[in-house]
Amino acid sequence: MMENLQDFPAVLVKYTDGLINSLIMTEKVKTMAEWAAEGNTPEILFWVGCAGSFDDRAKRITKSLASILQKAGITFGILGTEESCTGDPAKRAGNEFLFQMMAMQNIQILNGYGIKKIVTACPHCFNTLKNEYPELGGDYQVVHHSQLIDELLKSNQLRIEGGSFKGKKITYHDPCYLGRANGVYEAPRAVIEALDVDLVEMKRSKAKGLCCGAGGAQMFKEPEKGHKDINIERTEEALATGSEIIAAACPFCNVMMTDGVKNKEKEQEVKVLDIAELINASL
Amino acid sequence: MSFGLSNVIFLLALFTAIYFFAKNVKKIRRNILLARDSLRTDQPATRWKIMTRVALGQSKMVVNPVAGLFHIVIYAGFLLINIEVLEIVLDGILGTHRLFAQPLGALYTAAINFFEILAVAVIVACVVFLWRRNVMKIDRFRKPELQGWPFRDANYILIIEIVLMIALLSIGAAEANMENPPAGPFIISSLLAPVFSGLSQDGLHIAERIAWWAHILGILAFLNYLPFSKHFHIILSFPNTWYAKLTPYGKFPIHQRVKKEVELMLDPHADPYTAPSDQSQESSEKFGAKDVMDLTWVNVLNAYACTECGRCTAECPANQTGKKLSPRKIMMDVRDRAEEIGRIIDANGGKFVDDGKSLLDHYITREEIWACTSCNACVEACPVLIDPLDIIMQLRQYVVMEEAKAPQSLNLMMTNVENNGAPWQFAQADRANWVYQ
Repeated sequence: MMENLQDFPAVLVKYTDGLINSLIMTEKVKTMAEWAAEGNTPEILFWVGCAGSFDDRAKRITKSLASILQKAGITFGILGTEESCTGDPAKRAGNEFLFQMMAMQNIQILNGYGIKKIVTACPHCFNTLKNEYPELGGDYQVVHHSQLIDELLKSNQLRIEGGSFKGKKITYHDPCYLGRANGVYEAPRAVIEALDVDLVEMKRSKAKGLCCGAGGAQMFKEPEKGHKDINIERTEEALATGSEIIAAACPFCNVMMTDGVKNKEKEQEVKVLDIAELINASL
Repeated sequence: MSFGLSNVIFLLALFTAIYFFAKNVKKIRRNILLARDSLRTDQPATRWKIMTRVALGQSKMVVNPVAGLFHIVIYAGFLLINIEVLEIVLDGILGTHRLFAQPLGALYTAAINFFEILAVAVIVACVVFLWRRNVMKIDRFRKPELQGWPFRDANYILIIEIVLMIALLSIGAAEANMENPPAGPFIISSLLAPVFSGLSQDGLHIAERIAWWAHILGILAFLNYLPFSKHFHIILSFPNTWYAKLTPYGKFPIHQRVKKEVELMLDPHADPYTAPSDQSQESSEKFGAKDVMDLTWVNVLNAYACTECGRCTAECPANQTGKKLSPRKIMMDVRDRAEEIGRIIDANGGKFVDDGKSLLDHYITREEIWACTSCNACVEACPVLIDPLDIIMQLRQYVVMEEAKAPQSLNLMMTNVENNGAPWQFAQADRANWVYQ
């Protein structure tokens, strides 16, 4: 495990050993199959998503959220190898067939385990599961991790202790599929503000927030000809706030903004972190 | 009260104007209904509320405070000064003059005073808008899709409105100089009176008549300009907001025919040989949209309700970074193609004859639709709840499902989703590896 943690960028270590230590999980993460074999049902399903499962950067967000759930004493399961893409990128690319194929197969598995509540750290999975699965037979209570963490903080199931981000200037980038698509603007901000930081808004935020450039299946293709990449435009706006940390709430936004920061050669001064990472390092 | 030649001319003008207006509105209605059905009649109470707030109440206009405020002035002018037009029409029909002045008395004086002040405010607002479009050169009014007719159209509307208001104020200003003015005195009229002070009493009556006729004939002409102009939004904004999407912006429609087919594919008990040989009417329907008739009629209604303000395009991340995509152009293209189809139908005795053209490719290019990030910024920005994203997605569906012509990188992504359950080439068996790392 420690080998992997050495991949952590030096700038992260600057903030806290806690950020690294926080990823060490106290209990083993169990799959729904394992829960079922024990004859138990966890409170919530953690839908990890493709980025959270495979992308090295996003895996750290996944672990942070798993760790947060453990610290809050919430029992959760993952689908593990039974999880598949929700079908979101196929749908936004125009392939409704593939989307529905994926969706209905996932729904069979989810319904098979009698899933009632789902949390995910990916706004794309969140949107698809919450809005597009019900009509295909999959009706669940779906929350984004910002909403769950906000709830846990408000109910004191989570308590902020480490003050590693206290007073730091942080700006928050609204993911389109969380913000405009589903109207979730306040929960992630409440979570960040719980860290006692100086939250500064970008020129365009909330309903007017600028996309990172990854949505609508753009993540998987080269952009069309233009005079600039969208993530650069957005990163410039984030950097203009003078923040040390750009808080993200989506693994794809995270990649786009991280690339943008690198492009601007600011990776030594500015870090892109998911709200789950911020919270988990401060518990 | 006298009935003479002028009443006949007035009635003739009124009915001609109404006749042609109705005829052209009917054509637009037909063009809208060429498209697929759209089931947007649920939750009527919510829909009325949205229409009241967004269309009547202009709630989304003020997001941009300067444009929003001046727009509300013109809008209020349009709604309220039209009350006076009612009197003008009745005067025209009955051969009376200022019919309501006697019965309403002081209330009439107050109302006309208010309308005159509003008319001045409308002129100011129109001048500000002309300034914004022609002098300030605000970026969204300078985009390629606005060059030519759309740019002129916007200026014509503003100029016509100024002319109409000047005519209205001239009526009062001429009367203010008369020995026995039929009503008043009114504040603005009195201030403007010196303009006509050089005229004799006969001259004043002629000036008043010229202004009166210019005002009402101008209104009737403007009414008939509407169906050919973006200014038609003053009517269609209302139904457009009523039929708006009520679900979260992130919920894209579930394709019902695909659903049936996928359900059949995944049903272990389904016997493909006993499956109904798909209802002939439905199976001829395309996946996605290639042309206007493949869209839903709400999409086309959206297009006719668009006033080309370009707030969508100004907010579009693709457009801001120099890509060809402009949500406003998407809407203008849908309307222009619907108009073209309408003309073909008119020319062929009510039947559409394939002209070898289509919305996709001949109006909207593939480069445009693939530049979209589906971020919903355009949808959020629209003051009348137009949804360009829904159209872009239907065009993508056609390209992907009917033609299998997605960009190569997206085909790779979709192959991965299909085979590995993820958009990248990772084995599904490795999905939970993070637990052990």
